[in-house]
Amino acid sequence: MALLEASRFDRLNLEMDGVKLELVRSGAGGRSAAVAAPAPVAAPAPVSAPAPVSAPAPVAAAPAPVAAQSREGLIEVKSPLLGIFYRAPKPGEASFVEVGDRVEPDTIIGIVEVMKLMNSARAGVSGTVVEITGQNGELVEHGEVLLLVKPD
Amino acid sequence: MSIKRIFIANRGEIAVRIIRTCQKLGIETVLGVSEADRASLGAQMADRTLCLGPSQPGASYLKVETVVQAALGSQCDAIHPGYGFLSERADLANLCEKEGVVFIGPTALQIEAVGDKLRARTEAIAADVPVVPGGPVGSPEEAAALGAQIGAPLLVKAVGGGGGRGMKLVERLEDLLPTMDMASAEAGAAFGDARVYLERYVAEGRHIEVQLLGDGAGKVIHLGERDCSVQRRYQKLVEETPAPHLPADTRERLLEAAVRFAARLNYRGAGTVEFLYDIKRDEFYFLEMNARIQVEHPVTEMVTGVDLVEQQIAIADGRGLALDQADVTFTGAAVECRVNAEDPANGFAPSPGTVARAQWPQGAGIRVDSHIVDGAKVPPFYDSMIAKVIAHGPDRESAIALLQRALADTRIEGIATNTAFQSTILQHPAFAHGGVDTGFLARMLAEEGTA
Repeated sequence: MALLEASRFDRLNLEMDGVKLELVRSGAGGRSAAVAAPAPVAAPAPVSAPAPVSAPAPVAAAPAPVAAQSREGLIEVKSPLLGIFYRAPKPGEASFVEVGDRVEPDTIIGIVEVMKLMNSARAGVSGTVVEITGQNGELVEHGEVLLLVKPD
Repeated sequence: MSIKRIFIANRGEIAVRIIRTCQKLGIETVLGVSEADRASLGAQMADRTLCLGPSQPGASYLKVETVVQAALGSQCDAIHPGYGFLSERADLANLCEKEGVVFIGPTALQIEAVGDKLRARTEAIAADVPVVPGGPVGSPEEAAALGAQIGAPLLVKAVGGGGGRGMKLVERLEDLLPTMDMASAEAGAAFGDARVYLERYVAEGRHIEVQLLGDGAGKVIHLGERDCSVQRRYQKLVEETPAPHLPADTRERLLEAAVRFAARLNYRGAGTVEFLYDIKRDEFYFLEMNARIQVEHPVTEMVTGVDLVEQQIAIADGRGLALDQADVTFTGAAVECRVNAEDPANGFAPSPGTVARAQWPQGAGIRVDSHIVDGAKVPPFYDSMIAKVIAHGPDRESAIALLQRALADTRIEGIATNTAFQSTILQHPAFAHGGVDTGFLARMLAEEGTA
């Protein structure tokens, strides 16, 4: 909104990761309220998840992933940032989630490492894990689909 | 050592320009983009594209760790930072070294040495490169002595200021002390730092800079100078080489001074030393060194035939500097206009949006560096420059005539651009004559009543 207020424009359209945000300056003849669908969860979700490597590593608060509606009614759980994706807290340990598991919005589904900094990735949605698309130990980009979840 | 895959940590036209040279050299490219640039021309041209983060530069292009992680994770041997963003960040150069990725640029120590203005000035003095006469003053006695040495007119500048803020002009030396008292009090209130320094005021100055290449072991060559005096609010709009009407012996001294500055640092890679040229006194003063490839590098490439990005890569690859000074020859003149997505008729307001149609000029002597094609997006998050149109001719007059035709052949629909304004600049009698000072554009706008 600061972008719009500082500009000379009456309307600002932002589209990212399936989230459409339209802001219209009041008096510009359009809607005067912000319309967002679906609303992204903007609150950071700090957690002290165990690190996947033996060395102690700080765990940073990553923004909750944006869950977007996709084909066949499944929800795509996307990586909140670019980094190396780990499905388990440590090598050899059980994965955070497996196909068939139930997840809640706060459920940790993996860790994304950026230069030794571990960031937890959360489901952001309630439902059942249908497919795990993120490869353990591989680079994932910002917004890359990690899981497909069948919503409740 | 041999670089086979380069991570490009930039966007827009410079990303495209770096990819072109990599393709020519058979080097693979991985481009880091923000969400806003996923569909950009660079993203289509690169062998692989990785989204670094959201559109705001601070969440994507400016994240040092994310960039290095992306380069490592995509098995790149080297990172090219382009200009702006992370190009002059010593922490990126340091992290690259630590992680075993080649940073295509100078060393972290060199970035630090030239990145701080006061430090750079000290380096210049040590290299016997002229700086603007002046210095810090702590007492009225010191100020009076230094003021007499510099001569009027002079500037009282706040140590904490910059970018034109915290400066006062002293026309007569008898006004120095009262002006300094006032400036010091104001600086204390505005910047929390009451310290001031004195500097010679250059009434008519030109911005002239020297393109350099260094091998990192003390060998430095120059590729001539560029005149970038056509500026609006410190933003360059038109750049050219050679600098018109610059006396030949002054030019020689300027080029030598730039080489001396960089050689003393054992400078590695491409860099530019910027000078303020005092027209009346026929003297030049060191301003700063830019430790990166610059926006206006194409005019140098046009007259020398040297691909500066290719040289950057070769030097970073440990192959040294294949060129000697005698290998660099200069043919004709080249002039560049920056095409910005902004509306000169509307106070130069930024004009982001979607380009419905883009038609760029073509032909012998014309070069266009751009990422803008039909349907391209100009996001509001970044610099408004969308292209550089460059013309090269046997002399300045023919280069300008060619550039005028090139601008006339440029059609960008869907957003406002400054091409008509650029054409007005090129037509102006003072510019056509050549050698304008940095105040030229403000005067031209005042004449037109559009300032």
